[in-house]
Amino acid sequence: MIKAIVNVSLKAGVLDSQGKAVHHALDSLHFEGVSDVRVGKQIILKLDTNDKDAAMADVTRMCEELLANTVIEDYEIELV
Amino acid sequence: MKVTILQFPGTNCEYDTQHAFEQLGASTEIVWHKNESIPEDTDLLVVAGGFSYGDYLRSGAIAKFSPVMKAVTAYANKGGNVLGICNGFQVLTEAGLLPGALKRNDNLHFISKHHHLKVVNNDNVFLEKLSNNDVVNIPIAHHDGNYFIDQDGLKELEINNQILLRYTDSTGKVQNPNGSVDSIAGICNKEKNVFGLMPHPERAMESILGSDDGIAMLQGFFK
Repeated sequence: MIKAIVNVSLKAGVLDSQGKAVHHALDSLHFEGVSDVRVGKQIILKLDTNDKDAAMADVTRMCEELLANTVIEDYEIELV
Repeated sequence: MKVTILQFPGTNCEYDTQHAFEQLGASTEIVWHKNESIPEDTDLLVVAGGFSYGDYLRSGAIAKFSPVMKAVTAYANKGGNVLGICNGFQVLTEAGLLPGALKRNDNLHFISKHHHLKVVNNDNVFLEKLSNNDVVNIPIAHHDGNYFIDQDGLKELEINNQILLRYTDSTGKVQNPNGSVDSIAGICNKEKNVFGLMPHPERAMESILGSDDGIAMLQGFFK
């Protein structure tokens, strides 16, 4: 079995309002030295296969079709 | 005039939409999302507002895979008129029937209030009963209404007169409640038969309830 961890976040050029709000809150709590905050989501999948190439191909398709909206979001896939 | 209104689990504006179109004299039918076809005599297909699939993952992201959506895409590709209101607009962008995407409002709040809108392009069936630069007062009620499209996409919308409405104040001066690119409240596709907007014209049908400016908008679809 392979576990796939998918991280989805807004693309670099797209304003991340939640990240900005969290950054502002960290500033209010006097956490200094934070230069940027991005908020994303993590989707964890358990796959019934041991074939990493097949798993990567499948999860990439899942991201393109459903897990991410590629108009505004980027995704990263990690297999463990 | 036959108006078909889609209903997903979580849709909550289907009866308001039905009431609005029946008030204008249309016959209506609400179609459950599991149907694989839509009535053949449909003159206008409305994807109504609400929270399809609880907005899980992203607003509209799961609804686009409902069985009825294949029929919606086929209907749109044949030139049929499709109107997506609020969550319906989100579903149509997710389904790729309209360009761009709808993000969380910039101020992170759910915004529910009347808002003025300026008509940007009326050379389409939806807004032909209004004039360019007309200002209408229509309720908005959304959390994810922050329209995004990249700069190339925005240019394309402008060149093809696809921008329908912008958020303004009562004098028509731009006033952006949610962070939308170019203050965009509604767009259409290049072929001008698929329309999407975040504001709710079906909730602006009686002046006693705040505004009846929605009448002129929905009437555009009547021949």
